[in-house]
Amino acid sequence: MGGGIARGMAIGYLSLIVLVPLAALIWASRANGLGSFWTEVTKAEAASALKLTLVVAVLVAAFNALAGTAIAWVLVRDSFPGKGFVNAVIDLPFALPTIVAGLVLLQLYGPNSPFGVNLAFQRAGIVLALLFVTLPFVVRAVQPVLLELDREMEEAAESLGARRFAVFRRIVFPNLLPAVLSGVALAFARAVGEFGSIVLISGNIPFKTEVSSVYISGQIESGNAAGAAAVSVVLLLISLAVLLMIGAFRHWMTRHDR
Amino acid sequence: MRRIWLTFLPAALLAAAVVVGAQAAGAKTTLSLVAYSTPKDAYGKIIPAFQATAAGKNVSFDQSYGASGDQARAVAAGLGADVVALSLAPDVSTLVKKGIVPGNWTKNPYRGMVTDSVVVFVVRNGNPKHIHTWADLTKSGVEVVTPNPFTSGGARWNVMAAYGAERAQGKSDKEAIAYLKKLFKNVSVLPKSARDATSVFATGKGDVLLTYENEAIYANKKGVHIEYVLPKQTILVENPVALTKSGLKHPEAKAFLKFLWSSKAQKLYGDTGYRPVLKSVYNRGKYKFKQPKTLFTINSKALGLRGWKSVQYRFFDHNSGIMVKVIGH
Repeated sequence: MGGGIARGMAIGYLSLIVLVPLAALIWASRANGLGSFWTEVTKAEAASALKLTLVVAVLVAAFNALAGTAIAWVLVRDSFPGKGFVNAVIDLPFALPTIVAGLVLLQLYGPNSPFGVNLAFQRAGIVLALLFVTLPFVVRAVQPVLLELDREMEEAAESLGARRFAVFRRIVFPNLLPAVLSGVALAFARAVGEFGSIVLISGNIPFKTEVSSVYISGQIESGNAAGAAAVSVVLLLISLAVLLMIGAFRHWMTRHDR
Repeated sequence: MRRIWLTFLPAALLAAAVVVGAQAAGAKTTLSLVAYSTPKDAYGKIIPAFQATAAGKNVSFDQSYGASGDQARAVAAGLGADVVALSLAPDVSTLVKKGIVPGNWTKNPYRGMVTDSVVVFVVRNGNPKHIHTWADLTKSGVEVVTPNPFTSGGARWNVMAAYGAERAQGKSDKEAIAYLKKLFKNVSVLPKSARDATSVFATGKGDVLLTYENEAIYANKKGVHIEYVLPKQTILVENPVALTKSGLKHPEAKAFLKFLWSSKAQKLYGDTGYRPVLKSVYNRGKYKFKQPKTLFTINSKALGLRGWKSVQYRFFDHNSGIMVKVIGH
């Protein structure tokens, strides 16, 4: 009985917050008919922005898998002065308004960079901004798993003569992978939809550095709400497919735990 | 039935108390002003000045500032507004189409326009690339920064200034469009809004920034040294204000709108870099602005400019607009 109420509330809440808005978006995208939907999403500029968005999102997610795991490893297994502080800093990219993040990155890695590194107004700048805003996902997904991981398993393997790399590959890595994948999925989804931190540093040149979120905002400003919705729907569908793939892989990875 | 009554009784009493309380406080009116972001500082001075007059004594304001297009869409979607101040007339037209602003909003001596400005070239200190004319912008090695006219309604003034300036120099429609193509070849970044464009230019990108004179003057007043060039031919930027239908119900809102065209308010606009539209203020004393050789408007038919409605369709339609091809190469 209690379970039924909880389930009802969970589903009701999910519907209000996520499902209904998504349904409304899909509804809006077909406002001018299916033919127009197709025209909108196959426009050269829309397709190019979509491609760029997905490529950088995959790149950023993959890089996060490595860097995020490494950071989590250092935070859990190493001890150094100021570790607590570093641990707290990890989440700051979430708290900073993304437009401020974009402006700061532009000042540090733009034409007047104090380090002499100019990544602004090119694709590298987009990747940089996305790495900044997606940093916490993998770190925070891997950290608790690493904390829970039984050190005795590793010690047992080492005492049986396994080399350090073999221990990592056979014991640590398989245990961490599901968590890494959840982090990667979150980072990917965030990278696909990100707007604020990119819009300043990318320069927004169509066919070169214009990502989908910026293209969509242009369509809205030009009074083409249906076109904006259509491109968003395609972006969502592709993201959903990627997330489902990651989820299926994760499910398969953890099949022995069930 | 009685039970239902009991449930609603406290709410009804509370509502009654609020109404009575509001009346007891003595005809205090709150007007909602929805505006684009640039004149925020001007309204910060104009509103207190209005409240110091007899008509504005008991009026308080809810103020909202943001990108002009976003603000128009928010009001169209239901954001309460009595007075709207936007950066270009098409954003008011959006509200006319929705039935929020009456169609006759331009029927006043100033055609609904409360401030003017012109499109200028902001250059690096000392103007190292010697940029003086529209032709200089298309020279090789000159990098131009302008906001994207598809994401920024205000950026459309820049495009029409460039087109009209070519026509004013005797070029044909075809030649003026070819000029736009050449100009946008030198545009290496297309920031989302005028403010973003200023930020990008401030970080060292580009040789020249296309923007409004009031932005340049205001930056100088704030202590950011900016050098700018007034081209010989440029467009008169006109910013509208209008009352919504809900605003028209308040005599205070009508009084506020009237106040915006008073010499007091026009001077305050002038202090933040706008060109006052009131003849008695404009070009007097410290509100003396440099005049370009040729100043045209969005309605200069001789130059092929037939008002926003025609320009929006011809240049900025998201499917067939000339600028789709110009920017997309």
